[in-house]
Amino acid sequence: MAHSLRGKAAIVGIGTAGTGEAPGRSAIELLAEASIAAVADAGLTVAEVDGIFTATSVHAFPTLSVGEYLGIKPKYFDGTNVGGSSFEAHLLHASLALDAGLCDVALICYGSNQRTAGGKLVSMSEPQVWEAPFKPRHPITAYALAASRHMHEFGTTREMLAEVAVAARAWANLNPNAFARGPLSREDVLKSRMVSDPLSVLDCCLVTDGGAACIMTRADRARHLKHKPAYFLGGAGAQWHRTISSMPDLAITAASESGPRAFAHAGLSPSDVHLAMLYDAFTINTILFLEDLGFCPKGEGGRFVMDGAIAPGGRLAVNTNGGGLSCVHPGMYGMFLIVEAVQQLRGRAGERQLERCDVALVHGNGGTLSSQVTALLGNEAAL
Amino acid sequence: MSEQKSGPAAGTAPGPEAVFRAHLAEGKFMLQRSASAGVHVFYPRVAVPSTGETDLEWVEASGLGTVYATTVTRQRPNPDGSSADYNIAIIALDEGPRMMSRVEGIAPDKVTIGMRVKARVATVDGAPNVVFDPA
Repeated sequence: MAHSLRGKAAIVGIGTAGTGEAPGRSAIELLAEASIAAVADAGLTVAEVDGIFTATSVHAFPTLSVGEYLGIKPKYFDGTNVGGSSFEAHLLHASLALDAGLCDVALICYGSNQRTAGGKLVSMSEPQVWEAPFKPRHPITAYALAASRHMHEFGTTREMLAEVAVAARAWANLNPNAFARGPLSREDVLKSRMVSDPLSVLDCCLVTDGGAACIMTRADRARHLKHKPAYFLGGAGAQWHRTISSMPDLAITAASESGPRAFAHAGLSPSDVHLAMLYDAFTINTILFLEDLGFCPKGEGGRFVMDGAIAPGGRLAVNTNGGGLSCVHPGMYGMFLIVEAVQQLRGRAGERQLERCDVALVHGNGGTLSSQVTALLGNEAAL
Repeated sequence: MSEQKSGPAAGTAPGPEAVFRAHLAEGKFMLQRSASAGVHVFYPRVAVPSTGETDLEWVEASGLGTVYATTVTRQRPNPDGSSADYNIAIIALDEGPRMMSRVEGIAPDKVTIGMRVKARVATVDGAPNVVFDPA
């Protein structure tokens, strides 16, 4: 039976700012611009926001910084930071807070100027004492180790990984806001510079700038606002480790726990999903999450993605914005998964709009495959 | 006022991490083992993960293990043209736990999953640590 939270809250506004390159703008400026855009999209005012949910890579006390910058004195705040999946966790936490009446208008937001601030993947993470002496270049070292294991156990190949990057680019080519556009072949990926075997530079996500935000209210109010609501149908998080060397099995992520719990919460199954937004920091991620969330059997993810199966016109729509691989990835990407899912559920995704999109799965990943948070969103037809 | 109960690790004695590092400084690779549960623990902790047993004692590691996962960090070559690429591996110790380390004495891209390896205490990043050689 579905959880009592199903459909009780909805995303009513979305906003982005400076996605791609935003020279001369700070992380908090991008976050705030996206937040203001999301509030306007909802047809609400900043003064009505009374719940703040946020995590960034540059703020030790993110809800304090956001509250001060926007001039909000929230009744409820949550700075849960489990990496890039924090925002999927915030969807669940905001739904709980709204349902409990602890706040009425929840803002979930993120911003980063990672590209123009240095162009490298920066992290506020403390060094991990049992790994750091061996000079891992996390996150890529961790994902490369997981990929090595997946290839060993299941016969996954570099060609299969490359197919994920090619599909992401094909979607990006339909999205005018995607940062990396243009032709990309499997051969291009295979020939690109090796960074950490078996992952080459085109197996890795972009390093961009960008802010993104959404607004949630209870469903009764959502129905009277500007856009078709994107209802929160269910969500769950799972965390099994912090450091990659402590991951119980490098070929099985905690998405295999968060996914089934989220589906049970929503009363849905993978066959009900029209759009899967999977956090693709690296090409191996998409393969792992397709398996662990139940879209294909364990070990078959590599074979599942072949022949354009997750590209436009394929059997499952995955990462229709172009993903972290080709659209946008400013340090933590989780908030952008939500924005794309809402665009599709509203039927406002332009050239890449799916013919039918009533149920979208958003799956966030954080750390080094460490935190996994799955949420299911749906429009009126999914209720 | 009721007396507060102290765990076995409380007091002035160094914690498990410091003890492990002191052993390394003497050239010894030691693991913790729970006397009651028999399980080995790495990294060093004050209790067995998941079960919380605190009866941990230090035992010498066999030093034997198997490569569980491996990668090569690619870098620009050294000024003399030699390769600066290096290995990073996760080793499954015969005792059970896994640890991050590297396999030396073999080209970094020749390290394969399933390869048997043997531990050696060496200086890593300026301090004693455990590295592995092909067994």
